Amino acid sequence: MTSADHATAGRAAAERPLTRRRRRNLLPYLLSLPALLVTVWIIIPFVTAIYYSLLRYRLSLPQLRGFVWFDNYLNFLTDGRFWYTVEVSLLYTVLTVVIELVLGLGIALLLQRPSRFNNLAAMLLLLPLMVAPALASLMWKLMTNPNFGILSYLVGLVGVTNFRWASDPSSALFTVVLVDVWVYTPFIMVLLLAGLRSLPKQPFEAAALDGVPRTFVFFRITLPMLMPYILTASLFRMLESIQQFDIVYAMTQGGPGNTLTVFQVEAYLQFFQFTNVGRSAALLMVLWAITFALSNVFVKNWLRLRERAHGAAA
Amino acid sequence: MYEKERDLIAALARRQIGRRDFLRRSAKLGLSTALMSGLMGQSLTHALAADSGIDWKKHQGTSLKLLLNKHPYADAMIADLDAFKQLTGMDVTYDVFPEDVYFDKVTAALSSGSSEYDALMTGAYQTWTYGPAGWIVDLKEYINDSSKTAGDWDWDDVLPNLRASTSWSGVPGEALGGDNAKQWCLPWAFELNSISYNKRAFDEMKIDPPTNLDDLMDKAAQITKSDKNMYGIGVRGSRSWATIHPGFLSGYVNFGAQDFTVEDGVLKAAMNSDAAKAFTGQWVKMIQESGPKNWSTYTWYQVGNDLGAGASGMIFDADILGYFQNNGDTKEKGNIGFHAFAANPDAKQPTPNVWIWSLAMSNFSGNKDATWYFLQWATSKQHDLFGAVKMDMVNPVRQSVWDDEDFKKRMEQNTGYLEQFTASAPGSKIYFTPQPLFFDVTTAWAAMLQQMVAKEVPVDEGLDQLVASINDQMQQAGLQ
Repeated sequence: MTSADHATAGRAAAERPLTRRRRRNLLPYLLSLPALLVTVWIIIPFVTAIYYSLLRYRLSLPQLRGFVWFDNYLNFLTDGRFWYTVEVSLLYTVLTVVIELVLGLGIALLLQRPSRFNNLAAMLLLLPLMVAPALASLMWKLMTNPNFGILSYLVGLVGVTNFRWASDPSSALFTVVLVDVWVYTPFIMVLLLAGLRSLPKQPFEAAALDGVPRTFVFFRITLPMLMPYILTASLFRMLESIQQFDIVYAMTQGGPGNTLTVFQVEAYLQFFQFTNVGRSAALLMVLWAITFALSNVFVKNWLRLRERAHGAAA
Repeated sequence: MYEKERDLIAALARRQIGRRDFLRRSAKLGLSTALMSGLMGQSLTHALAADSGIDWKKHQGTSLKLLLNKHPYADAMIADLDAFKQLTGMDVTYDVFPEDVYFDKVTAALSSGSSEYDALMTGAYQTWTYGPAGWIVDLKEYINDSSKTAGDWDWDDVLPNLRASTSWSGVPGEALGGDNAKQWCLPWAFELNSISYNKRAFDEMKIDPPTNLDDLMDKAAQITKSDKNMYGIGVRGSRSWATIHPGFLSGYVNFGAQDFTVEDGVLKAAMNSDAAKAFTGQWVKMIQESGPKNWSTYTWYQVGNDLGAGASGMIFDADILGYFQNNGDTKEKGNIGFHAFAANPDAKQPTPNVWIWSLAMSNFSGNKDATWYFLQWATSKQHDLFGAVKMDMVNPVRQSVWDDEDFKKRMEQNTGYLEQFTASAPGSKIYFTPQPLFFDVTTAWAAMLQQMVAKEVPVDEGLDQLVASINDQMQQAGLQ
């Protein structure tokens, strides 16, 4: 071997770890590439929506298209319809999340002890979740038909006659919330049931030995320990409820009158029916901002609870 | 194909025998009804080829794709499509969507500039968006081009009000069918609004079809209060433009009310005029007293189904809605009667606002000339006659079909249908003021009607609010 060969071999030996190191450095980027692509895939329509929201842009009036900057947003400030949309969307969200949470927790507590019956009941209770919400709405539309619907018949038996369900402004919100509760309570139930069954047994056994009252156990032990699960379930449902479209649209198209013009229904009508791209995009950006703020609150609380739980464990 | 059948088709194409004779001889040859319909469609298309003066094979090998709504008109076209394929050597594929989502699909396809579809079904109101947006083609240049248009296609045979109603200049408020108007689509089949009623119920109650709005309200209330287990009058009520355009607008304009007025060249909403308030008040009262309980969810389907199921005594809606119930597989099949209706007792004639299913050409089509061939064929006398006589393509848009003896004979089986058409047709057209915010305006109008029927707001106050809101929207859109 010549000295030149030695030098080459030495260089190669020195480069080998360098290449390996370089590869090791590249690995995280390669692994995160799919996530990066998905992020870009999300970012593009998001940025496009921001852009459209700054335009006066109706497909039926292309000649009037142009930048109005924040006019679409500023118009919202003085637009009663917009504030009603905010109000009814938040009301719908609060009602559905609270009712589903209470019912879901109640059912989960009833089914907490693993047994054949409870496991079977849990499985059967999941069935509404298997029905597409739009189909569930059509089913409920038939059941609540004042002329031949089974539910109209049943409420008639208890003396409530001429109840018009989703076709009357005074009962429309109640009706769509009812359908939402029927469809999504099992979701909360299954999450909380999983949480309940995974809680450590020792605190409950100690409480039982000390003869602690059941209400005290529930409020001071079960509920605090279950809180991360409750927050997670609430966050998911909150995100879904504030973006509700299919149930409300299939049952009422946002009516009667403007009773149920929640965000997504209003944005959908603005784009697909009225071809008002600018207003539709601005509405969705406001919805995004509200959703983002609410989920931040939830996530911060969830992290705080987790830290507290870790602290307690340490 | 057998020799005898081929000769039979040739004889019909050469007009040596009439259609009735053709059908009789086909039956003698033992051909099924479906096959006879197919043969008839093909023979009519042969006739089209013979008299056209254009080369129907010019675009042989080209493939076209259609965007269709699930509707008896689309069914009639699909049943006859082989005739077009044989005539031109072109291939045609199609997507069919239910009406609930159809126009969303059209908006999505056209707004994206997709060249997937060459032609599509549309209504005239929709072209007030599609046309100015540049999504569909002005067909005037094709209609006037004799090198591309068959000599016997005969545009003038299409009912004049329909030709006018499907053309617009794009200037908000400018009348339909004016000199500068662009022909955004070709009328395909259409519907008038009149009374379709349950004959048995009316006979048993010894009442005649209503002749004006007061009479209608009285009779509807009578039916609701009777022991017939039906409500008096079915009309649409969903939160949509579809609630405004049939019976409501037909009655509204019969009293001289307008949707907009033009003041100094600017459109102003006019739903709170005295005539509008008076009519709307009566309409709301009519629904409250004798309409369906869940009226605010009622679309075309519910209105029609209730009449067909014997749940309503009558409807003031599209005549063809009653026709489909009278001829379909319904409980009240054969028991529906038809009557022309002028809401205003002082009106000279009924004024039905029309809905026209039409065909338009996508501006993004890569085969525009070939698509024009398809549009000609689909709106030809031959196909219109086939659809009207053998399928359910009523109301036909061509005068020649209305004059056809076979068609008349078929329609005579529907009590009063031809009479209501004859009485209604002269005053029928689109009565909306064409403007690009059509769907915003009519949805707000329907929502306000819902509030008034639910007694959330008094009629006069509600209409004042509606006008203020629409003017505000017009201003925001830069139209005022």
